[in-house]
Amino acid sequence: MAGSMELPAKGGFSFDLCRRNAMLEKSGLKMPGFLKTGTTIVGLVFKDGVVLGADTRATEGPIVADKNCEKIHFMAPNIYCCGAGTAADTEAVTDMVSSQLQLHRYATSRESRVVTALTLLKTHLFNYQGHVSAALVLGGVDVTGPHLHTVYPHGSTDTLPFATMGSGSLAAMSVFESKYKEGLTREEGIQLVADAISAGIFNDLGSGSNVDVCVITQGGTEYLRNHEEPNPRTYVSSKGFSFTPGHTEVLSTRVRQIGPVVAEAGPVVAEGDVIMEEGL
Amino acid sequence: MARFDPYENNGGTCVAVAGADYCVVAADTRLSVGYSILSRRHSKIAHLIRADKCVLASSGFQGDIKALQKNLSAKELLYEHNHNKKMSCPAMAQLLSNTLYYKRFFPYYAFNVLGGLDSEGKGCVFTYDAVGSYERTGYSAQGTGAALMMPVLDKQLKSPSPLILPARDAVTPLSESDAVDLVKDVFASATERDIYTGDSLEIIVINSSGTRRDWIELRKD
Repeated sequence: MAGSMELPAKGGFSFDLCRRNAMLEKSGLKMPGFLKTGTTIVGLVFKDGVVLGADTRATEGPIVADKNCEKIHFMAPNIYCCGAGTAADTEAVTDMVSSQLQLHRYATSRESRVVTALTLLKTHLFNYQGHVSAALVLGGVDVTGPHLHTVYPHGSTDTLPFATMGSGSLAAMSVFESKYKEGLTREEGIQLVADAISAGIFNDLGSGSNVDVCVITQGGTEYLRNHEEPNPRTYVSSKGFSFTPGHTEVLSTRVRQIGPVVAEAGPVVAEGDVIMEEGL
Repeated sequence: MARFDPYENNGGTCVAVAGADYCVVAADTRLSVGYSILSRRHSKIAHLIRADKCVLASSGFQGDIKALQKNLSAKELLYEHNHNKKMSCPAMAQLLSNTLYYKRFFPYYAFNVLGGLDSEGKGCVFTYDAVGSYERTGYSAQGTGAALMMPVLDKQLKSPSPLILPARDAVTPLSESDAVDLVKDVFASATERDIYTGDSLEIIVINSSGTRRDWIELRKD
């Protein structure tokens, strides 16, 4: 169609380079990997609100990239979201919706509702047809009561009394299915969430390190970072390690001047100058 | 069209370090498949009891490793009957290489490290690829955590550099207790960053007085 080639892209992904990437991959180029969170994330509804939980291991294939990352993301003072899948995607999508919710709060002068966050997330994910690999457990308390939802990368959602996502979801769900009941107290809810995350940490290789918990009630939110730390390092050499210079063999040395040597310069700004600060 | 894949990687890491009069062979005991753990206490070390002070540690596909260990055991027994003596470690090293190359076109998915004492009583370590290429070295690591461990061992064992001529034996000048301490620390470090390594560590120390076995706990997550 004449004229359509000149129109700028309106947003969304451009798939122009896909064929070239496929050709490069076929000729042997190794594509960069994604940092996935492996992950066990859970949420449950108890008597006074919701409890969310997550492990803290981020993996890049078989290697642990971050031993203590944060998977429970802030959405609103009364709404938090756990994220599994590609770390960049969960981070970006929760940050984006969090900002949208804040603008909405300013426009409406009301506390954010969980269903608002839910609709914003699912609409975004559906528009990207599953390419944004974010699997979320969204929980919060608003004027209509406590809510807990799961959101899948393609944009579908479920509303549940208890939920698990991530590679450790089966281990965690087995704990929930055994021990969950309606009307748990706060202490029981926290313990059950910690038990479910621990099941993921010890039985799933993609999850590990510590347990993060977040308790949301009508009265407020409590973010319990590293609520449990069941994996200390097991052995430290008492001798310590020495990295003395000279142990790595130097086979040859060559010093080459690449430009004229400049004399030591004084301070860049003379006294009395005004420096423009960022943000002013 | 999905084809049957005959191999599976059960993960884990093996290490061997040779000293002047001892050899340390160590391996973690986690058996995994995909993201699941099948066993927290599965030994990757074969004692080759009939051989003279010789221990084989293997990581990779445990199905092939069990078959390889049985195969070697049988061949060792035949050697004893034919030569009227136990197999020395260097002899076992050659036998393992031949056994692996025999299946050059349908390999044993096994990454091996053979450790023991040679006929002079000095520590010896032999390191292999999946099809039998081997080399006598002063120390080696194989398996999923090997890349995390080798640079640390290169530095901390204070072995003579292989880059300097004349070529010298890369046996470590460290004492037995120092070497064991280093192996424990290096496994604890690899466990932090490799999801397939962990649960517990089995350490074998071979010296003139015999073979000693020790276990320490590792992270279970």
